[in-house]
Amino acid sequence: MERIPILKMGSFLLVTIQVDMHDQLAMNLQEDLTNRISATGARAVLIDISALDIVDSFIGRMLAGIAGMAKILDAKTVVVGMQPAVAITLVELGLSLDGIHTALNVDRGMALLRNSLELSDDEDLGAELANES
Amino acid sequence: MAEQNTHLSSLLQKNEQSLLTQWIEAQQRVIGTKISPQELKIQCMDFLRLMVEATHQDKSTSIDGPAWVTAKKMLAEVSKSRTNQGFSPSQTALFVFSLKRPLFDLLRKELVDRPNEFADAIWAITQILDQLGLYTAEMHQRSREEVINRQQADMLELSTPVVKLWDGILALPMIGTLDSNRTQIVMESLLQKIMETESEIAIIDITGVPTVDTLVAQHLIKTVTAARLMGTECIISGIRPQIAATIVHLGVELGNIATKSTLADAFKLALSRTGRSVSKTTTHSPATGMRK
Repeated sequence: MERIPILKMGSFLLVTIQVDMHDQLAMNLQEDLTNRISATGARAVLIDISALDIVDSFIGRMLAGIAGMAKILDAKTVVVGMQPAVAITLVELGLSLDGIHTALNVDRGMALLRNSLELSDDEDLGAELANES
Repeated sequence: MAEQNTHLSSLLQKNEQSLLTQWIEAQQRVIGTKISPQELKIQCMDFLRLMVEATHQDKSTSIDGPAWVTAKKMLAEVSKSRTNQGFSPSQTALFVFSLKRPLFDLLRKELVDRPNEFADAIWAITQILDQLGLYTAEMHQRSREEVINRQQADMLELSTPVVKLWDGILALPMIGTLDSNRTQIVMESLLQKIMETESEIAIIDITGVPTVDTLVAQHLIKTVTAARLMGTECIISGIRPQIAATIVHLGVELGNIATKSTLADAFKLALSRTGRSVSKTTTHSPATGMRK
């Protein structure tokens, strides 16, 4: 079954959507991500959708759902790199994704997460090393 | 009835000169000197000639046939030039309708002893001229619409600049009434620019927007939400007291959108949010500042 890879980096989880999202894929992602959050105890999730050109109401709702679930699991979610057309579509669909943080690119998204978790630039990597040793 | 038209064609041809004089006089009485006599004469002569041809070829009382194509084309041109000269629709249609009187006079003279034929001929001419007159009015309206459409397109183009105020700070000065069409274009160009420049903050200045109603407010909120989805914060500035009152009276919820009264205040806020500030340099002296 087709899946979107979820990368773990320190206490962050990274998801990059680089294929066309279809409904099953989105549902799989939601399931995988919640499992990973609880398994790894990740405190933040970054979803990069800069390669996503088209969204429908289902995908929009899925994104909102993922953020909501992550929040309950005590992980902060930031969606980065949304295309103008996607933003307009979501607004027209009435999905303003109120609980979700957004950022222009991955750099800014990471900075936002670090700030809100009050980590220094290297601390997330440090946690990773500590886990491995 | 169709027979009468044969009559009409030859009648027109025979009396072209006297018709022309009377027709031009009738027009000049109403529209005065808005158009030069020479131009009017040329237009009238051309049209009479075309009408002779058309009535000669097409014996029916309809102007839909192929014989009338050139005449109609000429009418469309006349009507277009009159539109540009600032004629009203009735003044434009008068070009055709004023031909009735001279024609009827002529018919009365020619058919004085044949009342039945006279009545038929009048009916045939009325039908043709009415159709031509309506066609002229229609053309007049169409050229007016063209002008309006072009102006609308021009307005859309010139009124949506997105300017960069500082690294990471964009400003969108909105001018004029906002409708769905314009807001759509404004929204798209703003989002596009946000993506190109990766700006963190966009200031929407509505000093030049005369009125804000629920629809405009909704458009603004949509734009701000879309920008937020992309990761850019929006500040709305230039809200005049009346507009603030309107927004509150309408019960529009601007939510947590930051608002400032002037663009300068908004810029200051934008700078502080991006970790910058403006300060005076100590060496500044007002006199040189003025002269510079």
